[in-house]
Amino acid sequence: MPQDPSTADDRPAEAPVTRRLRIGDGIFRSTSVVVSAALIVLLIGMLGVLLATALPTFRTFGLKFVIGTQWNPITDQFGALPYIYGTLMTSAIAIVLALPVSLGLALLLNEVRSSIVRNPLTVLVDLLAAIPSVVYGLWGIFVMAPVLNDTLEPALGNTLGRIPGIGALFQPTTSAGNMLNAGIILAVMVIPIITAVSREVIAIVPTDLREAALALGATRYETIKMAVLPYARNGLVGATMLGLGRALGETIAVAMLIGNGLGISASLLAPGYTIPAVIANEFREATAIGLHRSSLLALAVILVLIALVLAAASRMLVRNTAERFAVKPEEVSTTLEMP
Amino acid sequence: MTDVVVQSAARLRSVSGRKLKSRVFEAFMWLAGVIALVPLFLIVGYVLFRGIPALNPDFFTQTAPPPGLPGGGMAQGMMGSAMIVGLAIVISVPLGILTAIYLSEYGRGRLASITRFVAEILLSTPSIVAGAFIWAIVVTATRTFSAAAGSIALTVLMWPIITRGAEETLRLVPDDLREAALALGVPRWKVIVSIVLPTAGPGIFTVVMLSIARGLGETAPVLLTALGNDFMNYNLGQPTDAVPLRIYTYAQSPIIAWHDLAWGGAIVLLAVVLTLSIGARILSDRQQRRLR
Repeated sequence: MPQDPSTADDRPAEAPVTRRLRIGDGIFRSTSVVVSAALIVLLIGMLGVLLATALPTFRTFGLKFVIGTQWNPITDQFGALPYIYGTLMTSAIAIVLALPVSLGLALLLNEVRSSIVRNPLTVLVDLLAAIPSVVYGLWGIFVMAPVLNDTLEPALGNTLGRIPGIGALFQPTTSAGNMLNAGIILAVMVIPIITAVSREVIAIVPTDLREAALALGATRYETIKMAVLPYARNGLVGATMLGLGRALGETIAVAMLIGNGLGISASLLAPGYTIPAVIANEFREATAIGLHRSSLLALAVILVLIALVLAAASRMLVRNTAERFAVKPEEVSTTLEMP
Repeated sequence: MTDVVVQSAARLRSVSGRKLKSRVFEAFMWLAGVIALVPLFLIVGYVLFRGIPALNPDFFTQTAPPPGLPGGGMAQGMMGSAMIVGLAIVISVPLGILTAIYLSEYGRGRLASITRFVAEILLSTPSIVAGAFIWAIVVTATRTFSAAAGSIALTVLMWPIITRGAEETLRLVPDDLREAALALGVPRWKVIVSIVLPTAGPGIFTVVMLSIARGLGETAPVLLTALGNDFMNYNLGQPTDAVPLRIYTYAQSPIIAWHDLAWGGAIVLLAVVLTLSIGARILSDRQQRRLR
């Protein structure tokens, strides 16, 4: 149909094919927008559902849920302190053990220039992250725990355990599962995560700074201490927090190794229990009658809130390091390495 | 005069002290490397040692043995894992790629930065929480544990992984390609579908491989949603077994024969997961070299 030249619209007439393609553009674009929005809805929905189902527990017990030590489905009494304590203790052990190793390894991966050493080392550390947690648990329960229970743990009890004060942490018990074993396996599991993020953060520090230090006659150690670590510090804290978040949420390997014992014991050689482990062990019996199910979901709420705060803070710290050296935050892939 | 000598000697000694300190530090770095890798070799080595003898035709064709009876295998677990992870892939790959397309091709404004932030945050969600979430809504609503619920729980974990990885791959596609096609009058969506996605294809494939590896290895979220099953089950709406669930159950049982089955499961799981991870790594190295 010829177009009337008198109309004000002076765009050239569109062929039907072009018009159809334009419509395609609109559909494609809006689909991708809707799906992206759905991801946001998923996070909000997850938090909403968990909070809503946990509400009866928080209403009934209030703060007592967090500080209470009784967990009894039969009397419908729920206090989460033993689980919170076990989660924090095992994660603390994991971070204390993993941090020096991860930092040393991350520095090594940045210092070594020979790709014959560096590349295999990087790949192998990433493989450590790929091992499923149930395999860690299986190995831990049949290989690591028996060995440690016979060697390291009596040794710790006889040496550190004799020192007043700190000795309380190393009082020997006869339990096969304990918090130290769980913490050690967790340490192995978070090393690749802290290492991967630390390595990227350290790599951001400009080489000028290093070279300046070296030119002034600094040794390698002094260069790292003066020209690398201070600039990478925030990012390294972020890396540690990411590892901590991962340790807090790890379920299966810990459930297999910690001994799943109720109560709060100062000794790391005593069994404990963690939030993820109790969810995994009790969800089958938790019916909607009473507060058992609601209380397990309340534990999930506590866990996810801690994990999300840690994750957000850790991204901000890593970003902060990246921005300081004008690297686009998108280019720091703190997460491409399999978590 | 002697004063000067003594001073410079002290300085010399301190120089060698500094060097020594540096040496000690370097030794510490190498030691850290060794300490980190020892568990990898110990675990893989021991899984091979215990797992290989546990593998036989029965292991792949039989289902869980009743307590006390010898033999049996993990066929129901392997079938279940394939079903649960397969459905999770079918759901999460389109969702993840569409989100990534939005972020890399369209997203400029607030929605894009929020989406990116949410994807990163979801990556840090403890997997047991994803399981508890789906347990609380899907399992209680349908009144049954099911393979489908397991797939949905894995989707919560895999969607952000695929989004994040695919976005990075899409960003590697040179803008010249997009501009050249747009200049020829090709509409935007067609540029994305027939130019950008095929170019990024191998990269996205490696991301999908990694997310499959992740899904196969997950225990906690699948336990809370699919529960496990001693028998072969092909119904997505029924409780279903998975290899990690079986390993977890058998490892904690007092029956020695079941421990062997657990090691057999571990070697199968480890072989698949490590092959996927290493394969993805080789492919992505090749892809990056090609784009540079």
